[in-house]
Amino acid sequence: MNLTLKVWRQKNRSAAGEFATYQARDIIPDMSFLEMLDVVNEEILAQGHEPFAFDSDCREGICGACSLVINGIPHGGNKGVTACQLHMRHFHDGQTITIEPWRASAFPVDRDLITDRTAFDRIIASGGFISAHTGGAPDGNALPVSKPDADKAMDAAACIGCGACVAACKNASAMLFVAAKVSHLGLLPQGQAERYDRVVKMVETMDNEGFGNCTVTGACEAVCPKEISLEFIGRLNRDYLVGSLKK
Amino acid sequence: MNLDAKIPSGPLEKKWDKHRLDMKLVNPANKRKFEVIVVGTGLAGAGAAASMAELGYGVKAFCYQDSPRRAHSIAAQGGINAAKNYQNDGDSVYRLFLDTLKGGDFRAREANVYRLAQVSVNIIDQCVAQGVPFAREYSGMLANRSFGGAQVSRTFYARGQTGQQLLLGAYQALERQIGLGKVKMFPRTEMLDLVLVDGHAKGIVVRDLVTGEISSHAADAVILATGGYSNVFYLSTSAKGCNVTAIWRAYKRGAAMANPCYTQIHPTCIPVSGDHQSKLTLMSESLRNDGRVWVPKAKGDKRPAHDIPETERDYFLERKYPSYGNLAPRDISSRAAKEACDDGRGVGPGGLGVYLDFADSVKRLGETGIREKYDNLFAMYETITGENAYKQPMRIYPAVHYTMGGLWVDYNLQSNIPGLFVLGEANFSDHGANRLGASALMQGLADGYFIAPYTLGNYFATNKIPRPTVGHPEFKRVGDEVNARTKKFLSIKGKRSTTSFHRELGKLMWNNCGMARTKASLETNLRDIPALREEFWKNLNVLGETNSLNQSLEQAGRVADFLEFGELLSRDALLREESCGGHFRSEYQTPDGEAQRDDDHFAHVSAWEYQGENQTPVMHKEPLVYEEIKMSQRSYK
Repeated sequence: MNLTLKVWRQKNRSAAGEFATYQARDIIPDMSFLEMLDVVNEEILAQGHEPFAFDSDCREGICGACSLVINGIPHGGNKGVTACQLHMRHFHDGQTITIEPWRASAFPVDRDLITDRTAFDRIIASGGFISAHTGGAPDGNALPVSKPDADKAMDAAACIGCGACVAACKNASAMLFVAAKVSHLGLLPQGQAERYDRVVKMVETMDNEGFGNCTVTGACEAVCPKEISLEFIGRLNRDYLVGSLKK
Repeated sequence: MNLDAKIPSGPLEKKWDKHRLDMKLVNPANKRKFEVIVVGTGLAGAGAAASMAELGYGVKAFCYQDSPRRAHSIAAQGGINAAKNYQNDGDSVYRLFLDTLKGGDFRAREANVYRLAQVSVNIIDQCVAQGVPFAREYSGMLANRSFGGAQVSRTFYARGQTGQQLLLGAYQALERQIGLGKVKMFPRTEMLDLVLVDGHAKGIVVRDLVTGEISSHAADAVILATGGYSNVFYLSTSAKGCNVTAIWRAYKRGAAMANPCYTQIHPTCIPVSGDHQSKLTLMSESLRNDGRVWVPKAKGDKRPAHDIPETERDYFLERKYPSYGNLAPRDISSRAAKEACDDGRGVGPGGLGVYLDFADSVKRLGETGIREKYDNLFAMYETITGENAYKQPMRIYPAVHYTMGGLWVDYNLQSNIPGLFVLGEANFSDHGANRLGASALMQGLADGYFIAPYTLGNYFATNKIPRPTVGHPEFKRVGDEVNARTKKFLSIKGKRSTTSFHRELGKLMWNNCGMARTKASLETNLRDIPALREEFWKNLNVLGETNSLNQSLEQAGRVADFLEFGELLSRDALLREESCGGHFRSEYQTPDGEAQRDDDHFAHVSAWEYQGENQTPVMHKEPLVYEEIKMSQRSYK
């Protein structure tokens, strides 16, 4: 099939960006979306122009590198998948596809479709961990964890840190990302000692990084490739309230 | 070249304890005077960086991804082995050691493997303490499953995302140290060369992938934890960015490259769908616990799977290896699948696939039971192929997945260049000629958490060499070379894209140096790869600038190194005139088609020494001495 692509091009962080139009020809339905972009980029290069830049690495939906807004929806709108797991069989011949980077002031554009998401790392650095020095840990079975708790913690821990939640939110809020980490660690017995301190510090960093406020519209949950549940935001709010009262 | 493995004396089970006691310590007040560079932030790199910082050393960590959390360890699905014997099924440190050594076809270093099995138990404890949400039984105890090459259940897992959860544990420990100011993190920064001062590794030259700026960093020691080189085959299960550059640059500065021909082909990947394919996707080996592998008995049988009656199916792994069945090790399972397809009995487009069938398990456990164990894997399969594996069997085919070879290291994980330590998949030491499932995660974390923090301390305490500054002439010299090379890619202005060269190299590697290798096929590579490399440097087309984010330029540097490395890999495969593990030379097989080792002539590590551009490298041998066990022919029958 043949498609028309409108791709965001931006030279660097301070430059103004604009859409450029490209034709994607002879695309096979079994191709992944990123493989389709590879094909287009090879053609752009052959015509003597610089290919557009986009992030990707594992190409199997787990590293969280790919970060494309496709036709206005982060990761393209297929439930529970990243852009790298989106296949061309979901598009039709003659379609026009718009491709943009994440749009959030906390994620500045470095080039074309690539953004700087190190704000997420700084949120984790401020408290998204259990302080367990290497060595000296007790036996793994010394502290039983009930299966429902372990499963729920895993549901939250599945977050891949891609930032689609921020890109989907009208306020560019990072609440779902922070809630996932706060819930993962707060649900486990090992995470109790730092539970309330953690949530306060992470929320403070989130605010300082320029992410917006949460109004619980659920846009984040709708686009999350790992289908992280909105209920974790409730858990975050409760822990935050307790944490700020303890301060 | 000095290839002294520095294996401690004494009985096997006491070596590591004795060595830990013998190693010199750095007192707490002095630790902050030492700085270490860590390249790569996967399990080994992040684990080492965090642990070294916790001890009080200054750490600079580098990764090419935009965040350390994205290193490719994250994609490991199935699990991590540990000799906990929680299942009371007869497991022990010694059994894990034996399984790993046997799985590696007796081509790994005995003492290293024993230590790996020993520290495996500490890894699980450490990860649990960090909050890794391992699967649990209803009792609240840790759950286990079994994996290929073992008859006990010793694999710990977090759904199908074990690598992700272990890496997030290490990443969070690393971020904690970054927050405390003990680690300085450089994301989107690629190491392009190693700097030696007076024969010791004392720094690196890197390129900032956003600004294009090339800069130098000095330290008291350098750790490379940069993963494997599967992408020399172009198509592999590795992430797109995985590359050989860091270890290849170190090789060209004098580090020995060991056993590059030991590459692992994983039996359960989703088959290639066409020429556009950019990478391959693995389906976890854990699926073989409940899936049965088969092909039709008749050649060219094109009927849909459910129309082929039981009597006309060949469950070839169960038939050939009755005691391990569908859980035969990876090299053996892959080769058996290839044989079936070569025999014209493959399924799916092009006949390059075999079935992995869950029908019996669905009958036994119900769809819910299977869903609970593997739902994300079934979902992934459906996303890619558009097929529902609960209703029809999966189609799978082998793909390059892991590389056992890597930079040579001694028992301390130090290369032959003093001060250069190599951890995880980037080194060669623990998996011999074939890695067992769920052992890569174990090795990465063993190296990072529990070995390097000790052995680096010993290096600091015994080598009192002042740390150079980046003003040292060696940094300037190497930096100039890196700058010149970077500019050269842009100056060629040829006609062909980097990808086209990479794809062509990958075809040569897969066809001539893949699942089966012959003298003739390897000699073809030694002729065709240099020719392709010559064309690369004459006809490459890279546009853009050096001083900006330029993905074509990054890729060109990596492919240029693969074009050199592929030749060394093929040369190593040519010289190893035996079959062992993942290295299968068609000339050397038993009458029933199994790998035929030649212990009299090849029970050694092949360590290659660089001799200069376009010079034939020299191979040195480190003999493999087994004090504890006797080498035997592997049998999984």
